[in-house]
Amino acid sequence: MSPTPQQVETARELLASLGDFGGHVTGDDIAHLEVHGNEVVGAHLVPGLEVDVDQLEDGIKAHIRLKKNARIAKPVHLCFGMLPEEGLQRIVMDVEVEEDSFASVQAHCTFPNAVDITHKMDAVVRIAPGAAYEYFERHLHGREGGVLVVPKTKVTVGEGARFKTEFELIKGQAGVIDFDYDVDCDAHSLLDMIARIWGRGHDRITIRETARLNGEDARAVLQTHIAVKDEAIAEVYNSLAANAAGARGHVDCKEIVQGRAVAKAVPIVEVNHPRAHITHEAAIGSVDSKQLQTLMARGLDEEKATDLIIEGLLG
Amino acid sequence: MGVLELKNVSLTLGGKLILNDLTVDFWEGRVHALVGPNGAGKSTLASTIMGLPGYRDIAGDILLDGERINDLTVDERARQGITLAWQEPARFEGLRVDRFILAGAKDKSTDTARRVLVRVGLDPDKYMRRAVDRTLSGGERKRIELASILSMEPRIVLMDEPDSGIDVEALTRIFDALADFKERGATVIMITHSQEVLKHAEHAFLMCNGSILDKGAVGRIDGYFGDHCMPCDHTNQPDAQEMAGAVT
Repeated sequence: MSPTPQQVETARELLASLGDFGGHVTGDDIAHLEVHGNEVVGAHLVPGLEVDVDQLEDGIKAHIRLKKNARIAKPVHLCFGMLPEEGLQRIVMDVEVEEDSFASVQAHCTFPNAVDITHKMDAVVRIAPGAAYEYFERHLHGREGGVLVVPKTKVTVGEGARFKTEFELIKGQAGVIDFDYDVDCDAHSLLDMIARIWGRGHDRITIRETARLNGEDARAVLQTHIAVKDEAIAEVYNSLAANAAGARGHVDCKEIVQGRAVAKAVPIVEVNHPRAHITHEAAIGSVDSKQLQTLMARGLDEEKATDLIIEGLLG
Repeated sequence: MGVLELKNVSLTLGGKLILNDLTVDFWEGRVHALVGPNGAGKSTLASTIMGLPGYRDIAGDILLDGERINDLTVDERARQGITLAWQEPARFEGLRVDRFILAGAKDKSTDTARRVLVRVGLDPDKYMRRAVDRTLSGGERKRIELASILSMEPRIVLMDEPDSGIDVEALTRIFDALADFKERGATVIMITHSQEVLKHAEHAFLMCNGSILDKGAVGRIDGYFGDHCMPCDHTNQPDAQEMAGAVT
């Protein structure tokens, strides 16, 4: 069914709010979906990709299926958001990535006028053996910081499958983020997870990333890069367990703290097999002095130098 | 009067006198070498001129074009045209080479970044989008640091041990950059204990134990340094005769 003129206009406004953020494109060979509140205001699919959407009172429930052997050449674009100042958007996603298929999904979440918005995502992702799935989620919030973002995702990565995910919130005020990713990895699978967040004002950021390498030679990298300033608070809980022969992983948490902001990192590294191996690194503190002095010795004042260093860390 | 002058500069760190009543003129447009054994205070002098934190509480004066700059911060001194190439350049996770090079550039165009990368012998197509991080070798980071200084077109360049940790090819490129600085009329102050590096200077100071023992023609300083300081029988404890004749 074709979208109504009102829906077309809403979709246009939603995409316009992304500004020069870039990334969200439309075209006949590009699959895309735009959801405003609990309403689908734009959609286009390509062969190999099935999307069924049910409307909920406060959001949508979407079943996404990437068919066996389907290789989606161009990124799939999702846009979730709300233009009003207040509201609730709940996204329930069930994603089935069938055997030997591939898709890269770019999800843009935009709340440009938020004063009191809640965005909840509950997702279950099953990646079948041999498949590859990428999910890049980028948030764009307004200046008020009135957004509560609660993404919870449970992922299983099948044998020989690959899963890469990025969560980015570096523009606008973060608000309150309670991010929870839980991943089980089978033999010979690959997991690459990164979160990049810049907290300001009174933002509250909680990141929980948990991964279990249950199969032989499963690999994982969990990275969290956070910068907080003003009175923002960030807590990062990374947990990586290697439970099989040849399982290898790395946990990396880097946090830059400015002003009266507070940062906390709690890495849990668990090795339950003599031939498994995990490393971790955590660095929390103010901007590296040598980096800062190097840029200041090029003429940048301290604030510009700090911003450039943080942009590099989060970029 | 030099473009950069130190007048009776002393610095104490951790209760120890590191710079001892230095009075030095650095002439405009010349390549000066500051030579001395490890621990002589050479790098400390560079940090002091640059105004790095921890090196600001000095006695005496640092003058740029006759104006006292003691109270200027690092970035203020940089905007006056002074900059520093570190012995061990910093790594910046995620910061792209082109962004780093253009951070202090006079002309912030992509062409500038490409031009200076070529000048230091690095292929722009391969390096512009790389991060200035641990994936670069020491020689690459040193060249990229020099590229960032070339783009700045500074008046005064402090180079701390420019040959440290790099191979012959990279060192050749560093000397190419040095030639560029000279051509632009910049004043270069190279800190070194390498006679190879010393050959590229036009004037030299011999430093020991926080003092300048001698200054003058590179050949003469080089000769003395080679004969008496490598190795030194009394490192940073110059004998009384040398101290009596110490240049101020």
